[in-house]
This record gives sequence, C-alpha cells and structure tokens, in this order.
Amino acid sequence: MNEYNFAYLDEQTKRMIRRAILKGLAVPGYQVPFASREMPMPYGWGTGGVQVSAATLTPGDTLKVIDQGADDTTNAVSIRKFFENTAGVETTEETEKATVIQTRHRIPEAKLRDDQIIVYQVPIPEPLRFLEPRETETRKMHSLEEYGLMHVKLYEDISRHGAISTAYAYPVKVSGRYVMDPSPIPKFDNPKLEMDAIQLFGAGREQRIYAVPPHTKVVSLDFEDYPFEATKANHPCDLCGANDSYLDEVIMDDAGNRMFVCSDTDFCRSRRAAGYQGRMAREEMQ
Amino acid sequence: MYVAVKGGEKAIENAHAWLAEERRGSTDVAELSVAQIREQLSLAVNRVMAEGSLYDPDLAALAIKQARGDLIEAIFLIRAYRTTLPRFGYSNPVETAAMICDRRISATFKDAPGGQVLGPTFDYTHRLLDFKLAAEGEVPAVSEGPARTGSTPHITGFLRGEGIIQDEPASDETPGDLTREPLEFPTDRPLRLQSLTRGDEGFVLGMAYSTQRGYARNHAFVGELRIGKVPVEMDIPELGFAIEIGEIELTECETVNQFKGSKTEPPQFTRGYGLVFGQSERKSIAMALVDRALRWKELGEDNLGAPAQDEEFVLSHADNIQATGFLEHIKLPHYVDFQSELELVRKLRREAEERLTSKEAAE
Repeated sequence: MNEYNFAYLDEQTKRMIRRAILKGLAVPGYQVPFASREMPMPYGWGTGGVQVSAATLTPGDTLKVIDQGADDTTNAVSIRKFFENTAGVETTEETEKATVIQTRHRIPEAKLRDDQIIVYQVPIPEPLRFLEPRETETRKMHSLEEYGLMHVKLYEDISRHGAISTAYAYPVKVSGRYVMDPSPIPKFDNPKLEMDAIQLFGAGREQRIYAVPPHTKVVSLDFEDYPFEATKANHPCDLCGANDSYLDEVIMDDAGNRMFVCSDTDFCRSRRAAGYQGRMAREEMQ
Repeated sequence: MYVAVKGGEKAIENAHAWLAEERRGSTDVAELSVAQIREQLSLAVNRVMAEGSLYDPDLAALAIKQARGDLIEAIFLIRAYRTTLPRFGYSNPVETAAMICDRRISATFKDAPGGQVLGPTFDYTHRLLDFKLAAEGEVPAVSEGPARTGSTPHITGFLRGEGIIQDEPASDETPGDLTREPLEFPTDRPLRLQSLTRGDEGFVLGMAYSTQRGYARNHAFVGELRIGKVPVEMDIPELGFAIEIGEIELTECETVNQFKGSKTEPPQFTRGYGLVFGQSERKSIAMALVDRALRWKELGEDNLGAPAQDEEFVLSHADNIQATGFLEHIKLPHYVDFQSELELVRKLRREAEERLTSKEAAE
C-alpha cells in the first residue's frame, strides 16, 4: 500500500482533522463538526477513531489498538494492521509502551501517562440523542447548557427501577460545562476519565470530534442520594486474581459454567507474568 | 479451559481467503471480465457511480466484480477509493440544455421542440422472462437513421417564458461541498441535492413514493426527463480559458408541480429537480419529488409533519454507506457493554425480588 500517504489520509485532510482536535481540546467536551472522510473500513467500525489516530500519529509513535479491552479481537487486529500497512508505525500490545492507544468500549486498567494519547471510537457522540433525536435541538440545548432533560431521565430511572439504569456510555459533565458521552465504555471505566493522558473522541459517521485535556474534571451525572457507582462483576479474575479490573464473563460448557477474566488482556497478561494467579490459572497453563 | 475466541489474525486471513474463493465461484465457469460488467451490467455500473460519487465506469465495474454483485458494497469500495484522490479543482457547471440526448421525454406536453425521444427504455416492454437470453444474447442488426440535429431546449423554459412557473434566480455563488464540509442543519438546496444524488436509490424512492401516497403530496408531473452525454469543462488558470476534460452521461429530471399559491407566493407551477450520473431514471425522478417536498419552507407551504419534508430526517438517513456501516456494526463484539447490562439487570431483579419477599413477609 505504498502508494498511499502516511497514515492513509492526505496532509490537507489531516490538517483539517487536527484543527478540529485542537478546537476540541480548547473547549473540553464540546462536539466539533468535522468533514469526516469515507475510510476503507465501514462506518461503525471506528472510522472516527481511525481518522483521529491518522491525524495524530507521527512516524515515531507506537500504536496499540484494543476492542473490548483486548488486542486480539478481530476489529482491533484489523485496525492495527491498517496502520502497520499505511503508516508503518511500531505497534505493541503493551499499554506501557504505547504512545497512541485507539480503543473501542474500554479504558485500559493501567494508569495512562501524560506522554500518551488515547483515542476513543464513538458511535453516537450526542449524549442527548435518545432524549431528543434532532441535531438542531440538541446543539441548542448544549449551547444553552440546558441539561434538565437528562436529569429527568436519570430521575425517572430511579423512580421506575430504583437505580439509574445506564450501564455503559454513562453521561458525564466535563469541566463543569458540557455534558458528554464518554463512548460506550462500561460505567466501571468512568472514574478513569480524569487522567494524565490526552483523550480524543472521534465519531466518523456523525462527523464529530471532541476531547478531554489532561487533568480535566469529569463528573458522572448522579444525585446526592443516588450517587454514581462504578460496577463490575463481583468476582476476582480467574486467571490473574485481580480484584479491581473489569471482567468478562465467559460461558465454558453446556452446563453453563462460567469463568471471569480480565477484559484488559494486557493487564491480565502482565499480572500473570509477575506471578499473580487466579482460581483457574493452573488449568490455563496446561 | 479458557474458551474465548483467540487468534483473530489467523481467522481474518482465512475468512478473506474463503471470500475470494466464493467470489470466483465455480472454476468450471469462465471468469467474468470487468469489461463484460461495464458493457452488459451498465445500469448496475451507473448506480455504483452515482451513489459512489465517482464517475468512472471501469472502476465501478471492478468494484461490482470485487463485491460479488453487492452494489452497496461496491459503492463503499468506490467511496473509500475516492477519499484517496487529491482534489485538483472544480469543473464549470455542466450545461444540460446542450446534452446529446439518447432519451428525452415530457409528460406535460404531447410534443415539444426536440421531440419525444424514447431511447433505450424498459417502459413498454412486457416483463416476460426471455428464455432465449439464457442461451444467447446476440441482437440482430437494426437499421440506423440519421442523427437528429437541432437543439433540445428544456421544457421548463417554455413555461418560464409565460411566467407561469416559479423562477429559479441564477447565482454565481459557489455551492457548499458535502464531501469537504460537515453537513450541518439547516442546510440549503445545493447541499440537499448533493445528498440526494448520492443517496440510496431505495431510500430516495421510498421517500418520493410516500409523497405520492399523501405524506406531503406535491402533485408532480414529469415536465421532462432527459438522458445523454454532456461535456465537462474546467478552467485552467495557466491557460486562462476553459478546456473540455471529458464527457459524462447524466439523467436529468425536472418535475412541474401544481401549486395553488401560499402566504408568500402567487399561484404558479413549482419545480423539483433530479440529476444523477449515468442512466438512472428511477433515481432522478424520485430525487426530483423529494427535492420538491423539501422546499416547503422557501415556498411558504405548511409543514405537514411528513417525513419527506423533514430535511434532517431525509438527509441524515439517505446515505447507504453510513446506514449499512452503522447497522452492520452491531455484529462486532459488544460483550463489554453487554456484561455491564447483565450485571445491571441481575441487580435490578435481585432488588425487585427482595422487595417482593419483604412485602410478603409483612403481609
């Protein structure tokens, strides 16, 4: 694929995307419209994230791509390959070694540093979309900081179900101003949104980019008497024994036996390498 | 013991290899050439060029071959390729009045200067399967007449002379470019037309059909439908004048719509416009009807709340590459979010059960 420009997009397009990224960083949580391009993977497969990564990557970068927290899921493999081919950058599965991390649906367990950038793939950037389908309306609501509808929705959840019934893509307020969709990460990851790294969000089909600069206050919406709660399966990891990582539930046999394993495959691998063992670690080694 | 799918890389490679085999089909059957697709499936080629927004019959034919005949997949290939092409500049507007027409009909007049030219149309064929084609598709030679000379003026031009159709004021303003600027609402007519001409044929057809069935009915007559070739010219700064850089085939439809007048406009005929790459008749008529429905605001008509009047609804959902991508992405892994939902539902059920038992205990 040598006939393509570095990281696929032409320089003019990358410049346009960088301008949107800088604007996003200057106005944390604000959705910046950008002229999203058709990419060689379908909309919904991370075209927004791919365009943001393409505009962010430099030849010296090391890229990590995860989907559902794992480096070996099919779409993560496909996007990693895309950048190996079109940008020729180093790639890694180790969170520690990456300078740019593109992710779908998770934030790595390891604390990210200030020399790292994390790029989120976003399907629907508008946190108010399912309360109000019209873009013209939701943009007005953001500009007037009119978020009453969102609080009513959360309140109705509580009165109906006794709890806020949003498990992922849990809305947050950024820097005390914009309500933002953190992309469909499980709400377990929400507290990590306050971090040292730069966070960029790309929505290709919806033509929006937004950002959270390092050390920005990010608050998950809640009520005093119903505070936000980051939840996970109430188990340790069956492979590495971690008590504090987000877990996937895996059905193992016809009898419905389950095991719980870290969704962040690199986190789990590095703990096992350091000698930590979970309930089923020995069987895994056989 | 750990059964989660591993080895995604190898699996992807194998899937691609199998896909390539399936595309080829049985090797007992001769392989299809790109030229065969271009020449013998030309209406499919036209649709891929129109919705792919790239006029190149050879590339469109290649895309159809690669996509195993899945036209939306072929359109996607063309769109993705289009992204990589540098933008040298913009051509001058094409002059459809100067079109060399293969087909030109008007439903509003029995005859008109330039004549009713049927051209290669399915319209009056009986849709009977032609089993002879299964054996051979050679056509007998037919006699050719002399080429028609003289101009083919636009039908709406005659109505305009009488001042009985709404005027479209000429403008030298550069229209926006849907592929370079993000679509923001409200839009304007050039952007709406750009969106409709590359929109999914089925979607635009459905929207147009809904206006005919009464959801913002706009009483359309096909004032004119013309199909033919027009030259494309571009100003070359170094030369100081425009030169012809090629020729494209277009289908243009102008509808003449009955209009009883509104708060702001006198009774007169109004227009809808459709212009599509290639021979794409159904699409261009549908486009004209939807264009007309979307013009309610500028004509001072009432918003009837019909889907075809709602530009945000129509333009946000007309693009089949966006639609199919988002639709199909739900087959990607979502287990992290599903896990979160699982825990939430289990928790809510547990709490509901506890409430129930404590209530029963109290009774």
